[in-house]
Amino acid sequence: MKKFWCFMGLFSVLTLMLITLTSCGSSTALSKRDVLQADKKSNTITWGVKADTKLFGLMNVKTGKVEGFEIDLAKALTKEILGKNGKAVFVPVTSQTRMPLLRNGNIDAIMATMTITPQRAKQVDFTRSYFDAGQAILVKKGSPIKNVYDLNKSGKVVLGVTGSNSVENIGKFAPKARVLQLSDYAQAFTALKSGQGDALTTDNGILYGMSVENPGYVVVGGSFTKEPYGIAVNKGQKNFRNRLNKALTAVEKDGTYNKILKKWFSNVPGLNYKEMMR
Amino acid sequence: MAHIVATQWPLLLTGLWHTILCSVIALFFSLIIGSLFAIFEIMPNRVMRIIGHVYVEIFRNIPLLVITMFFFVVIPLYVTKINGFTAGTIGLTIYTSAFIAETVRSGIQSVESGQMEGALSNGLTFWQSMRFIILPQAFKIVIPPLGNQFINLVKNSSVLAFVAGFDLMYQGNMIANNTLQTMPSYFIVAVLYLVITMPLSYYMRHLEKKLA
Repeated sequence: MKKFWCFMGLFSVLTLMLITLTSCGSSTALSKRDVLQADKKSNTITWGVKADTKLFGLMNVKTGKVEGFEIDLAKALTKEILGKNGKAVFVPVTSQTRMPLLRNGNIDAIMATMTITPQRAKQVDFTRSYFDAGQAILVKKGSPIKNVYDLNKSGKVVLGVTGSNSVENIGKFAPKARVLQLSDYAQAFTALKSGQGDALTTDNGILYGMSVENPGYVVVGGSFTKEPYGIAVNKGQKNFRNRLNKALTAVEKDGTYNKILKKWFSNVPGLNYKEMMR
Repeated sequence: MAHIVATQWPLLLTGLWHTILCSVIALFFSLIIGSLFAIFEIMPNRVMRIIGHVYVEIFRNIPLLVITMFFFVVIPLYVTKINGFTAGTIGLTIYTSAFIAETVRSGIQSVESGQMEGALSNGLTFWQSMRFIILPQAFKIVIPPLGNQFINLVKNSSVLAFVAGFDLMYQGNMIANNTLQTMPSYFIVAVLYLVITMPLSYYMRHLEKKLA
């Protein structure tokens, strides 16, 4: 028994240490550093982007570089802020890793299909929306499911991605369905293919990308929510956020935004990119 | 941190339950399968020995995540529909059984060969001498490494998170993303894993003392 108490003693000491560490460690270094100043000095902005999402940010296997709408927009914004020689560095993130990476300072801003929600706005600061998505569902061609309400039966399984707010929305639109959360879109789509679920849900832009790649799968029922994507920065980086908003307005005005939009979304079946032009 | 526990305890409880359930099932079956393949590996019959070796070498050398993903993705496509929890538990059982087979085999081989010869010359069959003479002595020797395997098994059950198996890690991911309190969420998950593994580790120590 003595050994057992020794164990417990050690354990509680470790617990205390961790609690003190968490309470004091997080706030010191980051809040004092002005990201905009630091980025201007180093002439680089580090962006957290998706690397598994077609159309938005997808790793090109041949070149090893990430490509997509968000990447091009991030490059345009970087040039707008830092000038022609400004460098944009891209760090691949997932829905799960993006928040911790931003808080730890590994990335300066998140531009990774991240919907602006009130709950998230408590943790990070968002810029104005740079893309207006909406949630939809992807099913196998010929599936009896025609819209999200068809999923509202017990025994129906909906696949989603951990950390995306689409799984919460499914709880509102189809409360009877069972939701399985997987770690990224590639895995969720593989699970859909192998019949682990009846439908895959997330933002329409991402789903359209999947159906472009895999013609056997279609987006049905249209979008049933509004999901504005915003760029997230750490709390307390007001300068950086305001500068990003200004840069966004600038690229929208000079037509760069529309050019990038056309480049990525003009060939997507079922999506009218002209409606989204700014 | 207390706030997370207070608001998210149903999720944490389901997670704890699934982790324990998966661990117990996997522990039971991997012990049986592992011991069986350990005996195969030292049987006089050459074919059985080869079967034992092949099994151990294949599953010991493939990452657990790959085995689990195989059962989650490939089996439903061609054989039968299984959910994430089942796929994860099967993967964990197979993976751990390969390690347990090696552990038990080392135990069997450390029992003096005279024991087997004596048992056989007294008229016991191979399986009888295994069951009554060799295995009781072997298990006594391998309790410490076996305890290691059991603890590893509980921790490895976090692989269920990747196939939506509703275990502790899966719920931890969900809570971390719902509350956006990453650090405290995972800390609570770590504590809950300790709640399972600490008594297990303590019990193995106790067993070791009692039997040695």
